[in-house]
Parts: sequence; C-alpha cells; structure tokens
Amino acid sequence: MQRLFAFLFSVLLSTLALAQDVAPDVLVRSVTEDVLAAVRQDKDIQNGNTQKTIALIQTKVLPYFNFQRMTALAVGRDWRQATPQQKEQLARQFQELLVRTYSNALNSYRDQTVRYRPFKMNPGDTDVLVRTEVLQPGARPIQLDYSLEKTEAGWKVYDVVVAGVSLVTNYRDSFAQEIRAGGIDGLIRSLEAKNKSLAAGKAA
Amino acid sequence: MNQKTESHAARHGWRAALATLALACIAGCAGTPRAPSDKDPYEGFNRAMFEVHEGIDKAALKPLARGYDAVMPLPARMGVHNFYENIWDLSRGTNALLQGKGSEGMNGFARLLVNSTVGIFGLFDVASELGFDQGDEDFGQTLAVWGVPDGPYVFLPIIGPNTGRDLVGWGVDQLFYPLWWDLDDVRLRNSLMALRAVEYRAALLPADKVVEEAALDKYAYLRAAYLQRRHAQIHDGRPPQAQDVE
Repeated sequence: MQRLFAFLFSVLLSTLALAQDVAPDVLVRSVTEDVLAAVRQDKDIQNGNTQKTIALIQTKVLPYFNFQRMTALAVGRDWRQATPQQKEQLARQFQELLVRTYSNALNSYRDQTVRYRPFKMNPGDTDVLVRTEVLQPGARPIQLDYSLEKTEAGWKVYDVVVAGVSLVTNYRDSFAQEIRAGGIDGLIRSLEAKNKSLAAGKAA
Repeated sequence: MNQKTESHAARHGWRAALATLALACIAGCAGTPRAPSDKDPYEGFNRAMFEVHEGIDKAALKPLARGYDAVMPLPARMGVHNFYENIWDLSRGTNALLQGKGSEGMNGFARLLVNSTVGIFGLFDVASELGFDQGDEDFGQTLAVWGVPDGPYVFLPIIGPNTGRDLVGWGVDQLFYPLWWDLDDVRLRNSLMALRAVEYRAALLPADKVVEEAALDKYAYLRAAYLQRRHAQIHDGRPPQAQDVE
C-alpha cells in the first residue's frame, strides 16, 4: 500500500514537472528534491563519480535551463557581435563547463538540506527570483538563488547565484579578456581547450 | 656585529624577495595586454602576490588543512570553528549598530553572551539553536554603508582578496577580536592564530576543486567572485540585479 502510494506520488511529481505552466518556485523545488533524492541513494555520486553525476544533471536539470541566455549573460556586450553559429558553439562549450562545475558541487554533497524561502510573484511576471538556502550542520546557511524567465516551453533558469555570487556573470571578466586577446573564436577555443583538459583529467 | 647584520638580513630577506618579485612583475607585466579593469589598477602586482599565495598554499596551508581535516572528528572541528566564530560576534554586533541596525546589533551581543556562557566559551553555538541567527557584518561593510567607495582591488598572500576599503576594515576588525587583547603568552597567541588559519582553510577545501575546474583564469574568477560577494554582503544579500546586456 505504502509502495503504491509512493509510486502514485512520484508519477504525480513527474507530471507536475512536465507541465509547462508549473510555477517557478514549484519547479525549483521539485527539481532540487529530485536531484537530492538521487544523490542521497547513490554512493557512486557521493564518492565523486563524475560521469554518473554529469549524466544525472543532464537528465534531471538541463531541461530546465536556458543556456543560450546564460551564455549571453556571461559574455556580456560582445554577445551582439557573435554570429549565430558562434553563439551556438559558445553556448555548447559553456554548458559543458557549467555542468562540470555543478557536478563537482554535487560530489561534495554530505548531508545538506534545502530550505525554500517564501516566494511571491505577480500574475504577469515573466522574470522572477526563487530564493533557497542550503543548510548544513555546523555551518552558516548558504544562499542559493535561481533567476528564471518565462519562455514558450515553460519557466527556465538563466542564472544561479551562490552566496551573492552569480556563477554566470562571474565569467564576464575572463571572457572579455579572452575576446580582447583572440576575438569570439579565441574564447571558443579557450573553452574547448578547458573542457578537453578536464575530460582528459577525469580519464587519467 | 657582522653575524647580527646577517641574521637581520636573513629575517628580512623574504620581504626583500617579495618586493623584488612585485617590482619585477610590475615592470614585466606592463608590456603584456591585460584586462583594463578599473577595479583592479594594480593587476600586475596582484597577480604576482596571487602566485606567491598559491605557492604558500600548495606547500604549507593546504597540506596542513588536509591533515587537520583528516585527523579531527567533526564534533571537535565544530567546537574549534564555533570558538573562533563566537569571538567575531563582538565585531559583528558592533558593526551592525554602527550601520544603524539596532536589533541585529543586539542579536549579535545576545549571541556572544549566550554562547560564551551556556555555550562554554563559544564551543557550542547554542544561540543559533535558540533562534539567534549569526549576523554578517564587518567594518568594511560599515565603511561602505557610510559611503566609502571600494578603492582598488588588492590581493595579498595569506590575507587573500580585498578592496582597499575592506583591507582597512579587516585591520580594524582584528582590533575588535578580543582573543588577542590580554594574551601576553606569545606562543599561545601564535598557536591560536595558526589554528584559526588552518580551521578556516580546511573549511574551504571542498571548494578547491570546484573553483579549479570552473575557472578559465583562476585569478580573474576569484576576483569577480570576491567583488560580487562583497557587493551582496553590503546590500545584506539583496543586491540590485546584474545588468543584462543583450
């Protein structure tokens, strides 16, 4: 009976997650709990299995992120001078880098829990901030906020802010530096090289 | 006489070496194109100091922190952490008052009182369990609230990233750290300082790999993170949203 209930509940949750008009705070909560539940019962992920962690993120988290927008934010002013093809390449490489960063953060998961701060939005809002806190025993709670925008495919996250630090705009200085030195293509090459060396390091 | 001069030179040798290194880099880096970041006018010097810091960290601080992390059971670590954090509540409370945040200031002093007594010299953070949340104020933030601008970004070995304003603030906050006030025993004081450094470094260990892998340029990544973090702290966690350029 209990098992049946659990099954029905999980079906309900996943339908909720699929629904396009699911509210942004509900979306953040369901994705977070879904990921944490998966990490809690997976010893490989807790022991730092990068490949498995990345796979988890790709299936459970990526569908709710807008990487085109994230990359535009990170690149800043120079985004306008990029061709559609360059934009696509940049977004693909930046996504790979951020997924790896996120997987490293998940690998250091011990027994944190997430508290969801009160959320309110007006009916017409298309850009909102969902605020959460990561609680860990014996340490100050860490603020973890998500910026979401409404798109035709539902709400999508376009920025993640940890303790006041945007993981996206934090790249602006380094990206601008790369673009000044080698143009948009220079930045694409640097990102490719970085991702390649990280992937190689993992295999070694 | 000669011997005395020599040992004097040896003692101050590292400072001379640092200064030379810094000068060499300012001269050497002037030719290479760098981000003309108005927040970091001394980038060449700062990058040299960053390299020195990374060297010290790799050779000494990080191995010590790793050993400490491996040896200390979690409850003992929490005791050490709470002990040092408890003392900061004096400065946090005072700075909240200086920024005109009366209730947050009183909250800080209440924490100090409860944790120093019921919490046995701060080893246990009883106040948090009672609902007195730890504040997050320091003199750098107070100066910012009073209208003092950031000033140039400064990276120093061991001390880490700062703005000019926050470096001054950090110095003043050290004066409000009563652990040093009445401690005539130099060896005990140094041990307490070293333990504090190791504990705070150990707390950062999990972040090492994240930063290492996330950053294209670690120096620029940490600089951006530090400046964003301070900006958020000054606005008590609700800074104006970043500009979207599209």
